[in-house]
Amino acid sequence: MAEVLVLVEHVDGAPKKVTYELLTLARSLGEPSAVFIGNGYDNAKDKLAEYGATKIYVAGDGDLDGYLVAPKAEVLAQIVSSASPAAVLIPSTPEGKEIAGRLAVKTESGVITDAVGLDDGFVAKQSIFGGAINVSSKVSRGTPIITVRPNSTAPEASPTQPAEEQVTASISEAAKAAKILDRVTEKKGGRPELTEAAIVVSGGRGLGEGKNFELIEKLADTLGAAVGASRAATDAGWYPHTNQVGQTGKTVSPQLYMAIGISGAIQHRAGMQTSKTIVAVNKDPEAPMFELVDFGIVGDLFNVVPQLTEEIEKRKSQH
Amino acid sequence: MNIVVCVKQVPDTWAEKRLSAEDKTVDREGVDGVMNELDEYAVEEALRIKEAQGSGEVTVLTMGPDKSVETIRKALSMGADKAVHLTDPGLHGSDALATSYAMAKALATIEHDLVILGVESTDARMSVLPAMLAERLGASQLTFARKVEVGSGTVKIERQTDTGYDVVEAPTPAVVSVVEKINEPRYPSFKGIMAAKKKPLTTLSLADAGIEADKVGFGGSGTEVAEFSARPPKQAGQIVKDEGDGGAKLAEFLASQKFI
Ligand SMILES: Cc1cc2nc3c(=O)[nH]c(=O)nc-3n(C[C@H](O)[C@H](O)[C@H](O)COP(=O)(O)OP(=O)(O)OC[C@H]3O[C@@H](n4cnc5c(N)ncnc54)[C@H](O)[C@@H]3O)c2cc1C
Ligand SMILES: Nc1ncnc2c1ncn2[C@@H]1O[C@H](COP(=O)(O)O)[C@@H](O)[C@H]1O
Repeated sequence: MAEVLVLVEHVDGAPKKVTYELLTLARSLGEPSAVFIGNGYDNAKDKLAEYGATKIYVAGDGDLDGYLVAPKAEVLAQIVSSASPAAVLIPSTPEGKEIAGRLAVKTESGVITDAVGLDDGFVAKQSIFGGAINVSSKVSRGTPIITVRPNSTAPEASPTQPAEEQVTASISEAAKAAKILDRVTEKKGGRPELTEAAIVVSGGRGLGEGKNFELIEKLADTLGAAVGASRAATDAGWYPHTNQVGQTGKTVSPQLYMAIGISGAIQHRAGMQTSKTIVAVNKDPEAPMFELVDFGIVGDLFNVVPQLTEEIEKRKSQH
Repeated sequence: MNIVVCVKQVPDTWAEKRLSAEDKTVDREGVDGVMNELDEYAVEEALRIKEAQGSGEVTVLTMGPDKSVETIRKALSMGADKAVHLTDPGLHGSDALATSYAMAKALATIEHDLVILGVESTDARMSVLPAMLAERLGASQLTFARKVEVGSGTVKIERQTDTGYDVVEAPTPAVVSVVEKINEPRYPSFKGIMAAKKKPLTTLSLADAGIEADKVGFGGSGTEVAEFSARPPKQAGQIVKDEGDGGAKLAEFLASQKFI
């Protein structure tokens, strides 16, 4: 069976869930080979084997992490040219898409982004225009390069004993043009990652001030959910921009999305419209968010949310 | 410092967007076109850099059908100095691979130190063109900028990331893409609108830009849409007015869906 390359998305070596999802997808279409670029491979090794990588390419040169995007695309291009894979699957994150774009240029290949599923022959399923239209497309030139959205498939373990190949990447000087001088973390820790969470609870301008995000956090914690925010809330400094959901924030597609005090502007909807179940709390019955919901409460969030949180606590303690 | 801003005309944000049944491309005929929102931030940033430097030229580059001139005019009335419109029937159907090739060719005809784009277009939503242009031009990639600082021969940005931001520096020429946190775009003034009418606008065909016809359009693209269908309409949700028990009702719903 032909090799399918999966680019490992990781933090200091620890793979993100989307990596396991991609390995699972790749397994249904060919032989999954993981490509690990950067530091911390020891943290990844066992997990990649557990999720079915039959081969792992390791480019662990420490220098690779110090530059923006271009070196990673060079490494992938080298592997593509030597391994001639049937396709390359990359997580559909901002950086993943950029790597995919550069790789497409290098290998003269077609690139598809934001796939939410893959069928035989690497036919990619996409959901466009805010989920209004489902599209199937495929790459007709070169090696299919496809970025796949997190939460597109359920990861399934399938333990293997992968072969390992060290890749000595020769990175061009040009690819080292954009140097990363500093990495600043602004994120609030301790809760699930927005793009990976099964449940997301988001707050907007309706919260009135930053400290009221406590209401959102409390509700989120009872559900084991991630916390999101509208741009109005991040612009006001009520919550870090890393938690912004929407066109210029994160795209999420959880099982459950709860919009609290968010009107439902098109730029916000662009980031959450494909969520499986959507609920909203808003005091304005005309809020556009209600067009999307499975269940909505027209009411004051300061009454509804605490009651909801309490009710969930109560139900949980009964189990 | 000479700057090119890439602006795209897209279907109006709130318009119902469609794919054309014939050739499966975005239907641009039936809807009003507007400047891609994020590209307004790109134009604004270019103008601010020019104003701060007190020299240099801002050129607008658009690839698209005749109608996209409206969008070019808007960028000129915001204050850009001149414009290049890459337009040719042969470009219709170009995907990211073909578009990046054509745009890189057009950019090669304009002297520049910086290319500024929005991070994403609201119709394609791929967010790949800036990186692909950097690759094709051999220019530094400085993308997802929420802040841009121009030095002498270098540019430093704050790149928005998953967890915060990275400070990234690179020499010019560079390709910069911007997020909406970067600035507040200006409205064209009446004077600006009048002045825009007299600003130079160059139209490029494939031949003018040295673009090989078989590398663009449907034939030159690396992807094809096999089929598409409208998503089955979602069943209207249940909307309940809070009568003091809204939270409990919502909990009831969540429990019925097995979220609790
Ligand atoms: C280029 C560009 C990119 C953008 N990108 C994004 C993005 O990525 N993400 C994003 O979210 N936005 C984005 N926006 C902004 C977007 O257009 C909206 O301005 C924003 O989403 C509004 O946030 P909001 O819903 O919290 O605020 P509002 O629109 O002000 O809505 C607040 C809502 O809260 C309700 N409310 C108020 N008080 C209460 C109460 N006590 N109880 C219950 N409900 C209450 C109100 O009825 C209202 O519906 C972008 C805009 C542009 C131009
Ligand atoms: N046809 C075009 N003409 C000019 N600029 C474009 C065009 N297509 C895309 N762009 C620019 O590239 C950015 C990213 O677009 P995309 O990769 O399509 O999401 C946009 O914000 C524009 O600045």
